[in-house]
Amino acid sequence: MTARDEIFAHLTQVQDPEVPVLNVVEMGIVRDVELVADSVQVVITPTYSGCPAMHVIEQRIVQTLAEKGYKNVSVKTSFAEAWTTDWMTDEARSKLKQYGIAPPLRGSQGEVAPAGVECPSCESGDTELRAEFGSTACKSLYFCNDCRQPFEHFKCL
Amino acid sequence: MKSDTTADRALFEYLLQLGDDRLVLGHRLSEWCGHAPILEEDIALANMALDCIGQANNLLSLAGETESRGRSADDLTYSRDEMDYRNLTIVELPKGDFGFTIARQFLFSSFAVNQLKVLQQSSHAELAGIAAKALKESRYHLRHSHQWVLRLGDGTEESHRRLQQAIDDLWMYTGELFEANDPEDALIAEGVIPEQPRPESVWRKSVTDAMEEATLTVPQDQYMITGGRFGRHTEHLGHMLAQMQVLPRSHPGATW
Repeated sequence: MTARDEIFAHLTQVQDPEVPVLNVVEMGIVRDVELVADSVQVVITPTYSGCPAMHVIEQRIVQTLAEKGYKNVSVKTSFAEAWTTDWMTDEARSKLKQYGIAPPLRGSQGEVAPAGVECPSCESGDTELRAEFGSTACKSLYFCNDCRQPFEHFKCL
Repeated sequence: MKSDTTADRALFEYLLQLGDDRLVLGHRLSEWCGHAPILEEDIALANMALDCIGQANNLLSLAGETESRGRSADDLTYSRDEMDYRNLTIVELPKGDFGFTIARQFLFSSFAVNQLKVLQQSSHAELAGIAAKALKESRYHLRHSHQWVLRLGDGTEESHRRLQQAIDDLWMYTGELFEANDPEDALIAEGVIPEQPRPESVWRKSVTDAMEEATLTVPQDQYMITGGRFGRHTEHLGHMLAQMQVLPRSHPGATW
């Protein structure tokens, strides 16, 4: 395992504070790790321009790596390539579903309210959008017509 | 990067325009928090406010870096006076009733989506990235406000009357959206941002189509307000900034 891989492995312990079942690596937020001499720079990209979790994520990255003995850890935010839900791993998607949040559909970025969002509890496809904006910037509110339950959908971005 | 070159100055000024539009609009949207007509809409307006302020933060941070005088996004937000703000006057008008807020959001988002589509092609990688991210969010804002324009315009007599009034009141502030300005022209000339072919006609077509579908009357073009890009604002911006800036100005450097 290279030093870079090792750091990536440590970063899988950093959870997203708003979706605590996901870590920042499987979310696709960590874009790169750069090692120069004894300093580490972690490059991250925000999910949403105003995502309030980004500050906490930065702090947690620095803290987690410091606990593992890394010195001079810095976090750089880059916008060079805009984050998309397509970067979320399959594992992350199934964790989201188990947590009760319908995962984003693949390859549907830019589509505001895609059809065919599956209910995370009964897996019915007979669902409807109730509100485009939800409890956090990254989620919208759906309703399942089969099990009659409201649920959150991680927006396709 | 030392910033006294003309190109950096133009980029700094242009980033202020983009950032200030979103900062001021975001603040106006945030004024609805806890006051919107229904819970879902309270959440939607707060979400849109958050997107706008996030976009402003990214744009103003880049402006500060471009200027290279050590000013952060917070410094630019809290330490500039009204005449140093470069936003369009349409975004600084008080929030009005829900119809007014929706009409403004629709007119602005229709403009912003087209603007960001162009800016994501910028040769400046960071600007292009910020624009690409903002575009995704602005599409949601456009869709949401468009839906409300249809529902309110083609809704009850009262909702139609109010939305028509809002559009009539806002119309004189829309000429400014497409005014040529020096920083933008300089960046186009330098090849930093591409020129958009006839941006005004694209915008007009999309807003006119929506208004007609919503049974609204497109106002006649009359006198158009100008000045925001040059620091000449309506009386409303100063009052808004006084409220927005009072804490950091009274307690410089305060943290919690």
